[in-house]
Amino acid sequence: MKNKLTAAKDAVKNIKDGMTIMIGGFLGNGTPEAMIDEIIKSGIKGLTIIANDTAFPDRGIGKLIVNKSVKKVIVSHIGTNPETGRQMNEKEIEVELVPQGTLAEQVRAGGGGLGGILTPTGLGTVVEEGKQKITINGREYLLELPLRADVAIIKGTKIDKQGNVFYNKSTRNFNPLMAAAADFVIAECDEIVEVGEIDPNYVMTPSILVDIIVKGGEC
Amino acid sequence: MDARELIARRVAKELKDGDVVNLGIGMPTMVTNYIPEDIEVILQSENGFLGMGPAPEAGKEDKDLVNAGGMPITANIGAAFFDSAASFMLIRGGHVDATVLGALQVDEQANLSNWMIPGKMVPGMGGAMDLVVGAKKVIIAMEHTAKGKPKILKECTLPFTAKGVVDMIVTEMGVMEYTQDGLVLKEIAEGVTLEEIAKATEAKLIIDKELKIMEV
Repeated sequence: MKNKLTAAKDAVKNIKDGMTIMIGGFLGNGTPEAMIDEIIKSGIKGLTIIANDTAFPDRGIGKLIVNKSVKKVIVSHIGTNPETGRQMNEKEIEVELVPQGTLAEQVRAGGGGLGGILTPTGLGTVVEEGKQKITINGREYLLELPLRADVAIIKGTKIDKQGNVFYNKSTRNFNPLMAAAADFVIAECDEIVEVGEIDPNYVMTPSILVDIIVKGGEC
Repeated sequence: MDARELIARRVAKELKDGDVVNLGIGMPTMVTNYIPEDIEVILQSENGFLGMGPAPEAGKEDKDLVNAGGMPITANIGAAFFDSAASFMLIRGGHVDATVLGALQVDEQANLSNWMIPGKMVPGMGGAMDLVVGAKKVIIAMEHTAKGKPKILKECTLPFTAKGVVDMIVTEMGVMEYTQDGLVLKEIAEGVTLEEIAKATEAKLIIDKELKIMEV
């Protein structure tokens, strides 16, 4: 079995300037903080980030925004991080806002080999601009296209050395969806255990989706 | 009683035993304080669980458990956790009985604007667009006016969150419901006159034949 355990400083070498990166978490809950710190330390710039939100200036993805590592975000919400709004107004960052349920489905579609999804969300609003509308059984839907990334960085609570991941409580959010939707997947976890220590019933991301494992700090 | 408490108390009376409810951030969250003790309401949190409980006691926060505002929260017995796609499957798929949200503007056609003010405030829609499209009942809980200006308009001027989705509006002045005839004033708050509420409302308000005093 391939040894997937990797130091954060080596894991970050898989991320290059200008890449599109998915990062798990919801307002910093279930977010890979150690890898985010490592990206900042390594000076990577020009990233496109796909995530639920830009968290807070001192937490999670918010730190990447403050550090100006990001040229574009595709997110559902930036309201908790005034720095994202400021950079958007100064045209330093591009912000694409997507309804949260649509974003989740676009990532799922990207990971699941679907050509897109049809949703009623966003009809009659600015969200529908430039998008194809399709009528099914008399009801109108927007065609939303799949999203994929070069690298996904996810955060698990417990992972075995093979890469099976368990997420505790509300930390699951976008993590398992993103684990399937990127060419390379880095799983950061608080606790790394031997294979077999996680009951297969509680595996929420199967190990085949995880390329490397990074030990997280005390988050 | 201040306006916000009055609104939260009235909205709480709208919830029924067994309802699955998603509450927005801010005043809608206050509704939980006034849910009658003899009914059970299951709260859905769009970051991925059902069975949301109250905020934890100081010192008992769980770093792995937050609400949709990112604040520490608890889960009740019988709760269930899931990922964001499943969360919005519940929301969009009509499995949530009611959502309570604030609004910047609402209009005669039940259109809702509550997610941005161009050039001023662009926080993002978060889960709001999915919630108002998918929830069986959309209740808007808001103060009747903003700095003295009506928020219930003939036509929204701000970007829509969704069109034709609002079922009910609860303000400190009264309770309004959308019917086939238009927006009907069903209840009026104690001490408020019909003239006052008409003046504070730009949309055409149909006065219900059985207009009641708003009980909280």
